[in-house]
Amino acid sequence: MKRTILPVLASAAFAMVATAATAGTLDDIKAKGHVQCGVSQGVPGFSNPDDKGNWAGLDVDFCRAVAAAVFGNGDAIKFTPLSAKERFTALQSGEIDILSRNTTWTMTRDTTLGLNFPGVTYYDGQGFMVRKSLGIASALELSGASVCTQTGTTTELNVADYFRAKNMQYEIVAFEKADEVVQAYDAGRCDVFTTDASGLYAHRLKMTNPDEHIVLPEIISKEPLGPAVRDDDVAWFKVVRWVYFALLNAEELGVTQANAEEMKGAESPNIKRLLGTEGEFGPSVGLDKDWALNVIKAVGNYGEIFNRNVGPDTPLGISRGLNALWTDGGIQYAPPVR
Amino acid sequence: MTDISYVRKEMAPSQPAPASTVGPVAWARKNLFASIPDTILTLVSLWLIWLLVPPLIEFAFVNAVWSGENREACIGQDGACWAYVKAYLPQFIYGRYPDPERWRVNLTFLLFFGGLIPMMIPSVPFKRENVIYMLVVFPTVALVLLTGGNMDFNGFLLPDTVIAPSMLKFWVDYAILTAIVMAAAAGIAKASQSRAAPAAISVLVIFGVLAAIMVVLEIDFGLRPVPTELWGGLLVTLVIAVTGIAVSLPLGVALALGRRSKMPIVRLVSIIFIEFWRGVPLITVLFMSSVMLPLFVPENLTIDKLLRALIGVALFAAAYMAEVIRGGLQAIPKGQYEGAQALGLTYWQMMYHIILPQALKLVIPGIVNTFIGLFKDTTLVLIIGLFDLLGQVQSSFTDPNWSSPYQSHTGYLFAATIFWIFCFGMSRYSVWTERRLDTGHKKR
Repeated sequence: MKRTILPVLASAAFAMVATAATAGTLDDIKAKGHVQCGVSQGVPGFSNPDDKGNWAGLDVDFCRAVAAAVFGNGDAIKFTPLSAKERFTALQSGEIDILSRNTTWTMTRDTTLGLNFPGVTYYDGQGFMVRKSLGIASALELSGASVCTQTGTTTELNVADYFRAKNMQYEIVAFEKADEVVQAYDAGRCDVFTTDASGLYAHRLKMTNPDEHIVLPEIISKEPLGPAVRDDDVAWFKVVRWVYFALLNAEELGVTQANAEEMKGAESPNIKRLLGTEGEFGPSVGLDKDWALNVIKAVGNYGEIFNRNVGPDTPLGISRGLNALWTDGGIQYAPPVR
Repeated sequence: MTDISYVRKEMAPSQPAPASTVGPVAWARKNLFASIPDTILTLVSLWLIWLLVPPLIEFAFVNAVWSGENREACIGQDGACWAYVKAYLPQFIYGRYPDPERWRVNLTFLLFFGGLIPMMIPSVPFKRENVIYMLVVFPTVALVLLTGGNMDFNGFLLPDTVIAPSMLKFWVDYAILTAIVMAAAAGIAKASQSRAAPAAISVLVIFGVLAAIMVVLEIDFGLRPVPTELWGGLLVTLVIAVTGIAVSLPLGVALALGRRSKMPIVRLVSIIFIEFWRGVPLITVLFMSSVMLPLFVPENLTIDKLLRALIGVALFAAAYMAEVIRGGLQAIPKGQYEGAQALGLTYWQMMYHIILPQALKLVIPGIVNTFIGLFKDTTLVLIIGLFDLLGQVQSSFTDPNWSSPYQSHTGYLFAATIFWIFCFGMSRYSVWTERRLDTGHKKR
């Protein structure tokens, strides 16, 4: 008896190992019942724990959207907080399924780290903050200013490039840590504070009088932030990418968290296709027909996510800018569902 | 000769001491202003206190904001934002441990201090039972309470092709491992010219106790499982510190004895172990365990992050502990060893009854120093994405709903106070233990 059972068990064990190795990320996720999402250890408005202990933020909501697309439930998700150093290893080793940690999409990362970037969920860039009392409205008036920044970062180099290109005089006041930079600027050691624009808004909250400071309109570098997945699984990449497109399309078509259910009866064929009442679009990427409906019911459309986490009514108070839809003067644009 | 006009018959009434030697003024003159350098030092110290303390009190109490719903309450205020600490306090203690399950953490804390306090008070009886409780019962109960128990053991030794992974395979593997270790212990005992049976039996007992613990861990108590990613705050700090302390002391003693052993292999292994762990920074150990280890092991095998950190911290602290204890062993005069041997005591009897009690007493300050260092080093686990107390405090700074100019000052002040209470507590207890064990060697 033993002789016959053992080989059977052994081959079964081998079969298990074999399936685990070849099955796609989507099947693995469906099998384990949740999406494992890598987030930051705390970036205000993007992924930060709130005082109830829940994760909140734009990057977090994007992960919830992916979970809702797969499971119909935005809570079928677990978060792994990762430091900047750990994040790519965690993705490569399979510890997480998706990295949604305000990661800048650059050529090096796209080509050498085994990653794919499905989209840009937030267009960021380096900006300048000054005191309102200076009466400056544009970065072009900053000639002769002293600029507070962090040492040894690309922000310092970007400032140098920008001021040299515009042929303006400036003086760098550099500090080791971000907090020191903020405090120095707040204490009046320099006229200008520069870092990524989303960071400027977050740091403004820590100033003695947040309302005394404005962020100038000029953006001097490109920091497209977005989720990343492993590049060995195109099917999963497409799932994530189309969740992102669904969020944008929903905003464009006026489908919101509140009206998603009734919009199912809308006349517009675009809305019908998006919400799965027409066509077989979900199954083509391995999801349910009402995948996008589930996404919108769970987290709302892109505009709602933006406004809830970083928008003008939040403490951060960031305006849409580049992140507005293409129809509103921004560059967020999604291919149609058809 | 008889013209002595006055002979005192009774003692003169004692006079009060001269005004210049008693009272606060005299005390101040003697202790604070005895010489010019003393006076300068006193004045400088007073100036420093005046410079630091009133602003601190003003910041922490007078101007502080005690209640509020969000950042609005603390904006524009020139003091600590305790409202924010109040809102975040549950997170600082439990991390993101689910709300309805927090009674399990509370119960664990209660069981821990319930076992620790009677053990620390010398006059309380049942010390032996207490030690067994703290080293065997409590860790098991705590593990079940905190994780939810109901673990699956799938075997570790034999390849999966021999027996498919299952509970049965685990126990077969476990039996084989026990047999191997027993044989090794017996072999070592024989090589060092002592009897093999007791060594093998003690191994069997240890493995038996471990097996009993694992049986308990396998039982389903109906507790909801709480993955360690959700643990945080003071809970993680204490779990790491207590595990590190509990593991590093016995392991450190073993390593210290191993390093002074006459058996070359044991000595070499101990030296390599100690020098390896002392030679690498803790941050590297943690980093290796979290970033490099996942790349080396198969993709579907994940070892819990907290467990990795625990092992790293414990082994690291054990190496330091071993050197502290070795210092104590070296301070024991040779006559103590020779006397014990002349009485016919075996190696273990000599160590247990004569050498270690004296050596450990000598190095209490060093041991506690290592404990305190370990307690504070737990904050390094932040770099591998575990949120200890400090990590939890730092991560709360990123909540835009509570961002205010003094948010980080308040958070750090809170964390510092908690750490100080624990470290100062340990330090005072060690001072008290030293005095209690002081048997007259101290020079005064």
